[in-house]
Amino acid sequence: MSPTITTSSEANGNVSAATARAAASAASVAEASGPQPITMAKALNTALADAMHADPSVLVFGEDVGLLGGVFRITDGLTRTFGEQRCFDTPLAESGIVGMAVGMAMNGMRPVVEMQFDAFAYPAFQQIVSHVAKMHNRTRGTVKLPMVIRVPYAGGIGGVEHHCDSSESYYAHTAGLKVFTPATVADSYRMLREAIDSDDPVMFMEPKKLYWSKDLVDLSGLREEHVSNAEAGVSSEGRAAVARSGTDATLIAYGPSVPTALAAAAAAAEEGRSLEVIDVRSIVPFDDETVCASVRKTGRAVVIAEAHGFASVSSEIVARVQERCFHYLAAPIRRVTGFDVPYPAPKLEHYYLPGVDRILDAVDDLQWEN
Amino acid sequence: MTISADHPAPDQAQRLPAEDAVSEAVRKFGITVEDYMLPARHQIQMVDPDGRLRAESEQGTEPGHEYPLPADEELLAAYEQLVVGRRVNDQNSALVRQGRMAVYPSSHGQEACQVAAALCLSEGDWLFPTYRDAVAVMARGVDPVETMTIFRGDWHSGYDPSRHKVGIQCTPLTTQLLHGVGVAHAAKLRGEDTVVLAMCGDGATSEGDFHEALNFAAVFHLPVVFFVQNNKYAISVPLAHQSVAPSLAHKAVGYGMAGERVDGNDVVALLAVLDRAVKLAREGSGPLLVEAHTYRMQAHTNADDATRYRQDSEVAEWLAKDPISRMKTYLTGRGLLDDDGAARIAAHAEDVATQLREGLGEDVPVDPQELFRYVFSVPTPQLKEQSAMLADELAREASSEESPK
Repeated sequence: MSPTITTSSEANGNVSAATARAAASAASVAEASGPQPITMAKALNTALADAMHADPSVLVFGEDVGLLGGVFRITDGLTRTFGEQRCFDTPLAESGIVGMAVGMAMNGMRPVVEMQFDAFAYPAFQQIVSHVAKMHNRTRGTVKLPMVIRVPYAGGIGGVEHHCDSSESYYAHTAGLKVFTPATVADSYRMLREAIDSDDPVMFMEPKKLYWSKDLVDLSGLREEHVSNAEAGVSSEGRAAVARSGTDATLIAYGPSVPTALAAAAAAAEEGRSLEVIDVRSIVPFDDETVCASVRKTGRAVVIAEAHGFASVSSEIVARVQERCFHYLAAPIRRVTGFDVPYPAPKLEHYYLPGVDRILDAVDDLQWEN
Repeated sequence: MTISADHPAPDQAQRLPAEDAVSEAVRKFGITVEDYMLPARHQIQMVDPDGRLRAESEQGTEPGHEYPLPADEELLAAYEQLVVGRRVNDQNSALVRQGRMAVYPSSHGQEACQVAAALCLSEGDWLFPTYRDAVAVMARGVDPVETMTIFRGDWHSGYDPSRHKVGIQCTPLTTQLLHGVGVAHAAKLRGEDTVVLAMCGDGATSEGDFHEALNFAAVFHLPVVFFVQNNKYAISVPLAHQSVAPSLAHKAVGYGMAGERVDGNDVVALLAVLDRAVKLAREGSGPLLVEAHTYRMQAHTNADDATRYRQDSEVAEWLAKDPISRMKTYLTGRGLLDDDGAARIAAHAEDVATQLREGLGEDVPVDPQELFRYVFSVPTPQLKEQSAMLADELAREASSEESPK
């Protein structure tokens, strides 16, 4: 008899051998209690494993995600723990990966697929835009696609061409897709769990330069928080976070730009300027409330993003804030973004990426004399 | 025999038990792997255009490519669906001319393919159709009016794919094949014996997703039957511009699956070939590719002008190969169909046509708030705002109509 996988609704009566093994293995991996220095890669890996433990319909597949554990090791150990039926390598074809995930999601599974790099995801664009985003709508809600497409994105790792695109605007522009991007280690765990739990498809944009960043994080605490939040029906999904409080101006950033914005705020504080930093977290849905509350308080704002500024998420944020906060603004909203050029070669990257100095220059420009 | 003899994947061996099933099929037929995977030298045809059953030696069969004649009840059921399908095609084209439907890509001439694609499946199986496969969708049991909603223009899809196990009628070419692969993969992982039949046309075989779907299905040994209706044209472009392969069925061997060619206007041969393909897929032999030779008798849609790219003589040639008249002659000759039976079937077809005229003729009121209702399971704050904006706009419009200045 071939081993079988159950959907979540059938899980109680018919747990597969692989799932039983996985549960046993989970029990044996006791994590140190209390906050530990954890990388974002480890937090994402733990979130995937926990989601697979929690729900046998969660499957992970993509290119090199099996024995290798993914080129960034985010799926490390999942095949060993859960078996090749639940974490497996596919043929090298991104449209195939996403298209197959659509069918699996239509038929009771919760696939979490990996696009190896941002710019390698484009062969799947047709599936994402024409089907992933639209299936729920075109079937009047009768077909849900609970699937997650993980995309390591953006720059800062000295990658060669086609390894560093900031592709979030393509997805954010497509109605029907949620677009999440974590900036902290704890959020990477929380938000990936929420993405997997979502009944709607999520583009999960992972800032690859932050994969090896470490925070002091209590993984078992996050796991418990996820369970208790789920039981209580509360969620931080779709909410922005105040990453640093301040009073003089608001820096609005997401994903890889959040640590840069925080560094800029720290530098500004030394010069006596108090900057608030908003971590957008969820590009779609967008948390107008949190962002606008901050801008109304400070009266000044700078939006920071690695992506090209033209027709981008950063343009959208400026437009939304301006429409909602015009009478609170003491100065035009500024943007610090990548230039409108193809992603540069590694040795030119630092000229392109928004840095602390460019952010501080933009802050200086916010008509403080008014 | 192992298909992957040249490509050892030691750590994945336990994931591919179906390989043995392919070996078994090959052993069972006593032929080589190549002979199992390559289509027979000639297309399979059982009933000729004049409605005569061909001698067994002339049906195009070969060792390992043998097809028993389908049961009489299946043939009669197919004939009834053929007649209904033709009536539906012609009724819909008329409704387009009357402005009752936005567009209708007719499968007039291809009804045998449409009917066989639905009838070869069991209840738990899935069908993944294209935009031209409305007759197949109906033959699968979906309500005629719900089937045609996509062409009426008040919403994109009118039926619940999960309830009927029929994918949405898909317009982006071959993207739906991958959805079929995913449905089959999920079912296989749960140990279910679901088979998926995924449809596309000849032009669509040029698409990248065609390749990716066949390759994924083969690598994961999934029970998917890929059914290509080769109707000779992709809108205006003839097959010679899409492929110079010996046949589209020959593409199968490149993926490590079996392929077959069949007369797409002979519903008897189609049922025989598809029934066996479904059976082999269900038994674990992996995916199969079936190419049906047929002809799109009418233009691509009402917006197309077929006289710009094909000769009337070619159309006339195919008119003589009509799937319905041939089947009627055959069944009548065998004494399975008499005038009463034919009249009953014609009346049934007329009922369905009436249902379509009534269902599509009425002006269904559209609800503008539906624009926002299904984008996400839970509407975002932005969609709630936009929905309120539209509601307000409409309310103001309504009140100004009530009290004109």
